[in-house]
Amino acid sequence: MSQATLNAENDVMTIAGRLDAAGAAGIWPAARAARASRVDASGIDYCDGAGAALLFELIQRGAKIDGLADGYATLLAELQPDQPLSTAPAPAHEPWVARLGGITAAVLASLRDRVSFIGDITIAVKTLLISPRRFRLGAAVQIAGSAGADALPIVALISFLLGVILAFQSAIPMKQFGAELFVANLVGLGLVRELSPLMTAVLLAGRTGAAFAAELGTMKTNQEIDALTTMGLEPMRFLVLPRLVAVTLMTPLLSVLAEVIGLFGGGLVLLTLDIPLKTAFAQVTQTVALTDYLGGLAKSAIFGFGIAAIGCWRGLRTGSGAQAVGEAATKAVVTSLVFLVVTDGLFALAYYYLGW
Amino acid sequence: MPDQQPIIRVENLTCAYGPVVVLKEVSFDVQAGEVFVILGGSGCGKSTLLRHMIGLERPSTGRIWLDGTELTATEGAARQALMRTFGVAYQSGALFGSLSVLDNVLLPLIEFTTLDAAARNVVARLKLRQVGLEAYADYMPAALSGGMQKRAAIARALALDPRILFLDEPSAGLDPVTGAELDALIKRLASTLKLTFVVVTHELASIFAIADRALMLDKSAKGVIALDTPQTLRDHPPSAPVRRFFNRETE
Repeated sequence: MSQATLNAENDVMTIAGRLDAAGAAGIWPAARAARASRVDASGIDYCDGAGAALLFELIQRGAKIDGLADGYATLLAELQPDQPLSTAPAPAHEPWVARLGGITAAVLASLRDRVSFIGDITIAVKTLLISPRRFRLGAAVQIAGSAGADALPIVALISFLLGVILAFQSAIPMKQFGAELFVANLVGLGLVRELSPLMTAVLLAGRTGAAFAAELGTMKTNQEIDALTTMGLEPMRFLVLPRLVAVTLMTPLLSVLAEVIGLFGGGLVLLTLDIPLKTAFAQVTQTVALTDYLGGLAKSAIFGFGIAAIGCWRGLRTGSGAQAVGEAATKAVVTSLVFLVVTDGLFALAYYYLGW
Repeated sequence: MPDQQPIIRVENLTCAYGPVVVLKEVSFDVQAGEVFVILGGSGCGKSTLLRHMIGLERPSTGRIWLDGTELTATEGAARQALMRTFGVAYQSGALFGSLSVLDNVLLPLIEFTTLDAAARNVVARLKLRQVGLEAYADYMPAALSGGMQKRAAIARALALDPRILFLDEPSAGLDPVTGAELDALIKRLASTLKLTFVVVTHELASIFAIADRALMLDKSAKGVIALDTPQTLRDHPPSAPVRRFFNRETE
């Protein structure tokens, strides 16, 4: 197994030995630099695709190959060494105005697509109200299970820690004023009005929204969505509606659970400050009004609807390939989080003006 | 070629998934430079056999040698090195969707050779020229038709100039002209580079065009029911399933 060797004398380059990828790699730079007009290839005892590529390049540079064994000469001839290789066209340089215009057009198209998706949902809901028997209840229950019941452990853990941390952090300064009792008010209001609905929704966005986008995205790349459409089953009714209904109903339930467990966590911290659970509970019921509770639930339902709609929308708009599915899942989570923050702000504003 | 050391040897290969036995005690040799076709009806275990020969699955019992090394007894880095000595073109192409066609072919060259960037580029573009895709080098795989993706996959499998090339249904989904061109390419590569091809296919035209020998598997026999040249199998079928396959008869 002799390595490839190269000798350049005057105008003749002699290549010999084994011209495989390793052999070719060893002599390629020297061969490129030699600029001989004739190559003596009679000493080549093995030549594979990489070796033939080297000889190809030498021919392209104007050299003539002599003495190459017949089999290898056939291989080289198949590569059409008289035809130059096509090279990649230089990427066209767009002026910044054109790029700005392109981005603006893409953003507007995306906004328009969002509005039309909401329109599609509205039409599907209307059809559902007219003929409720066409709703896929079984699928919705199954999705509710995976989005709701299966999320219980993580929601419970995070809410418990949230309650404990909130109570603990507020108890330290409150204690200086002898106002430990009011920690219960703070934890109660904070959890019920704001933190439980928001935290549950953030968890669902990461867990369920991303799953919807990946699932529908994979279905799209596998042409399953096309198959449904050509079978006369609108993806909107068949795939999106059950998900929307399931998640919209499940999020408030998870929120309630998060509130209860969070309050319990806060109560445990108060217990260490010698405030009995019963007192803490009485304090919470005095502070937290029914409007706070119902406002939180309404917010939860809207959050759930948004997360499911964004997940489905991103999934149905997936491009092709594994990368596109990953991108759809990422975008679903990011869009959901932006949606949550903006919507939460709007709710805060609305509740302020409503005096709730 | 029977006196030569076989390049692939499969010995008493049994593959079972739980209680389901797919292949039972399959044995055969493939000679170097041969175009060896594996054929059979749907569900007969062609793809299972291929997946075992390329090391993607471990057999329940039995042994496989590739180029003198026992695949079934090789582990770790040695197994990876052995797997680099052959190329595989999968049925769907299995191109990396995030890389352009050229980058798909370049990837093994970057990882496993010492060629410089300009040299790699020449090698990769010539592989694409060999499969007729030179003009599509900078396309993304998703922008290619199914047949083009298969040809790109063959170019990628050829990148490291393997001694053995495994092709899973290469001509399925191609138009007859492209399929025939692909068959001609396989024959040329086999004769000039002394490449050994193991091809899983159903296409009768392709089998007669390329195969030196054909191995036929059968679902009910769970193994090999015939191994000979395709002409012999067609003209003197050893059993009814073989005759039906070559004459396209229904049961």
